[in-house]
Amino acid sequence: MSWLNIVIQGVMLGGLYALFAAGLSLVFGIMRLVNLAHGDLIVLAAFLILGLVTALGLNPFLAALVAIPIMFGFGWLLQAQLLNRTLGPDILPPLLVTFGLSIVIQNALLEGFSADSRRITVGPLESATLSLGPINIGIMPLLTLLSSVVVIVSLNQLFYRTSLGRAFRATSDDRVTAGLMGIRPDRIFSVATGIAMIVVTIAAFYLGTRANFDPTIGPARLIYAFEAVIIGGLGSLWGTLAGGVIIGVAQAFGAAVNPEWQILAGHVAFLAVLLFKPRGLFPRSAE
Amino acid sequence: MDTTAPAWRVHTRTTASTVFSGILGLAVAVAVMAPLFVSRGTVQNLFFIFTMLVLAQSWNMLAGFAGLVSVGQQAFVGFGAYVMFAFVILFKLDPLASIALAGLAGVLLAALTSLFLFRLQGAYFAIGSWVIAEVVRLLLAQWKALGGGTGTSLPTGVTRDMWGVSAVGHLFGLRPAQATDVVCYWLALALAMVTIVFVYRLLRSRQGLALAAVRDNQEAARSIGVDARWLKTFVYLAAAFLTSLAGALIYVQKARISPDAAFSVVDWTANVIFIVVIGGIGTIEGPMIGVLVFFLLQNMLADYGSWYLLVLGLIGIIVMLFAPQGLWGLFASRSDIQFFPVRRILRGGPISMKCKGGPHG
Amino acid sequence: MALLETRALTASYGDFQALFGIDMTLDAGETVAVVGANGAGKTTLMRSIAGVLRNGSDQIRFDNEPIGALPAPEVVERGIAMVPEGRRLFPSLSVEENLLIGKYGRAIEGPWSLNAIYDLFPILRDRRNSPGTALSGGQQQMVAIGRALMSNPRVLLCDEISLGLAPIVIRDIYAAFPRILASGASVVVVEQDIGQALRVADRIYCLMEGRVTLEGPPAALSREDIHAAYFGASRS
Repeated sequence: MSWLNIVIQGVMLGGLYALFAAGLSLVFGIMRLVNLAHGDLIVLAAFLILGLVTALGLNPFLAALVAIPIMFGFGWLLQAQLLNRTLGPDILPPLLVTFGLSIVIQNALLEGFSADSRRITVGPLESATLSLGPINIGIMPLLTLLSSVVVIVSLNQLFYRTSLGRAFRATSDDRVTAGLMGIRPDRIFSVATGIAMIVVTIAAFYLGTRANFDPTIGPARLIYAFEAVIIGGLGSLWGTLAGGVIIGVAQAFGAAVNPEWQILAGHVAFLAVLLFKPRGLFPRSAE
Repeated sequence: MDTTAPAWRVHTRTTASTVFSGILGLAVAVAVMAPLFVSRGTVQNLFFIFTMLVLAQSWNMLAGFAGLVSVGQQAFVGFGAYVMFAFVILFKLDPLASIALAGLAGVLLAALTSLFLFRLQGAYFAIGSWVIAEVVRLLLAQWKALGGGTGTSLPTGVTRDMWGVSAVGHLFGLRPAQATDVVCYWLALALAMVTIVFVYRLLRSRQGLALAAVRDNQEAARSIGVDARWLKTFVYLAAAFLTSLAGALIYVQKARISPDAAFSVVDWTANVIFIVVIGGIGTIEGPMIGVLVFFLLQNMLADYGSWYLLVLGLIGIIVMLFAPQGLWGLFASRSDIQFFPVRRILRGGPISMKCKGGPHG
Repeated sequence: MALLETRALTASYGDFQALFGIDMTLDAGETVAVVGANGAGKTTLMRSIAGVLRNGSDQIRFDNEPIGALPAPEVVERGIAMVPEGRRLFPSLSVEENLLIGKYGRAIEGPWSLNAIYDLFPILRDRRNSPGTALSGGQQQMVAIGRALMSNPRVLLCDEISLGLAPIVIRDIYAAFPRILASGASVVVVEQDIGQALRVADRIYCLMEGRVTLEGPPAALSREDIHAAYFGASRS
């Protein structure tokens, strides 16, 4: 396997991790909420898409589109009814409540769908590849990377060019003064989580089509997502993409040396970055 | 006018706490004698309760008293267990000695990881601790001599030949396996008592007062000379020590280990957090109540598979939202009782002066 | 009927009571100044009116409607905007974005628009894309005032807008007031600088330790009255 091939595989894997992380980055950036159930929400969305495919016979891409507004609503409700109650000066309630939520989602899925591995099939697209000289690039992984870029560009547009985005940034800076502008923090947070769930659904689609999934793989996705966010630095969505790519490439190199070392390599890369840059690579200076 | 003002004196003892210490002494005596008159199953249950209590008090000390929310204490459970296995299998040491060494090894691991972890705060600290646990798990899963990814068992007879087992067997007329259970049980009881005494003494010491100050307002505490970093490190090392000992002890009893089991987030962190939250975070009495509730729930729902964890998670969420001080907190705030008196009560002082004077009254 | 009034307004921070029954009125078109020493309760009064603090519903009335218990976003919607103490611009937003966010909660047609604010404070047009906090103190104060004006408020609350600024800058800022009043806003100004307050206000309230100790138009108040009300007369 050539170095180039490994790097390319790693970059595309990084796109998937960036998708995992983008929603988390949004929520963490705006309301400093650490949602320990984030990975399980991705798995939940994957099961939702799978359910729509099997129950309604929908094409997977279409099923994902249908799942998006459903997950938006779910995220909005989750924040409005549950998570908003945990926000405050104490870091314990959000951590512990979302931890409990993670357990609840995992076991609810286990009860509903059993521990069997599932897959969302996209037919011939799964193994389709693109030939670029000596390199073969899988179509789905390429789509994943492109989607992650599109998502991040869109989120940046939202953040920096819209009135809602201004409200996000203002609320993140100073919740009280944002209130003086007529911004209701609770509503802003609910919208933010809803948007995060849209990204989660897109991530779930690529997760579910790429490999087998089951109700228990959530926590591992959460860790990759968080590592990407932390490496990238709080408040930077492009940083999150960079973080995802770093982990993806590290994992690719680790796997090339020894398949058992793939995940470990990712973690080591994370710890190494944190050792030298505890605030990440591109932190927003306002922190 | 009386010019000598009687000094304020700090009391910690209350009537309730004195009564409780009497009851506690009795309970400990009963617990020590328990193997004589309860079934083997009960001894094993009590073992489980005491070891979970150690884990819970340790996590509580970290999160509730030092403000360090770790989602990675399973690292020390697994590491302690693996170190013990390593000493027993590779160096042919007695399991009890290996447990002690496992505790020390846990402290070394904690010292190493604290260099990294303590650069992080809040949520970053939590996630970082989890990543470290994963790294330790993945590294140990590479150790082929201890079974790699699938794990291994203690050689047969090793626990039978453990120090003290044959003596107990002869004394009480027990078969070796039962004697092992009893020895492990007593160790668990001892470890639980040591943990509680340690936490209690810590809170009553100046360091405990400093800890509370740091938890409330780190900057203010620093400004009066409290070394927050050293205090937190000390608590982190202590928690690692106790957790590693407990992990090693638990796996002596189980006699079979695997990376996934020894580093299970659900078994060694989720359950522990549940226990502390339900019982009452930040108190000594809380985890004791939490362990009992957890044990009862586990027994009631044992047959229901995932429903059991689901219910646990839901209860945890509801308690955290609506009764964040836990069951003990609810009781204590109504009745103002503390069984383990760690509050400092001011008595005496100028208000008890008989005559008043001076420019303001 | 007064446009804005407080009736026996009380406010506490936990166990500490800051206001002990403030009666204050603001008529349409008026400028009222609130003076007092540090800790007298001036900012608490502003925060109560603005909805940052929650008070008894009937303790604050705007347009004869009880607003005391409303949260800040709802108070803004009704037409009361605050220029907070310390300016509190949003560091993540540019100057222009800071101004734009001012009309997030109340985007109605009125004399104040982005261009009108730039006419009022021309220097801001040149710095429109700078981060809000990269400006000098005086310029930041202009942004904070402009931000509040963007909601075309009927009542503008100004909390210590001269704090930390050089006299000449303060003069420039207060020079904008006639135009603000002409646009239809009534103004409450909290000031530590009594001279400035006397110059700009139609009526003055003096607070001390959470109570109103003096009230009246500047012409009717002597320096001794104000001194006594500000610092507290020594009881002999």
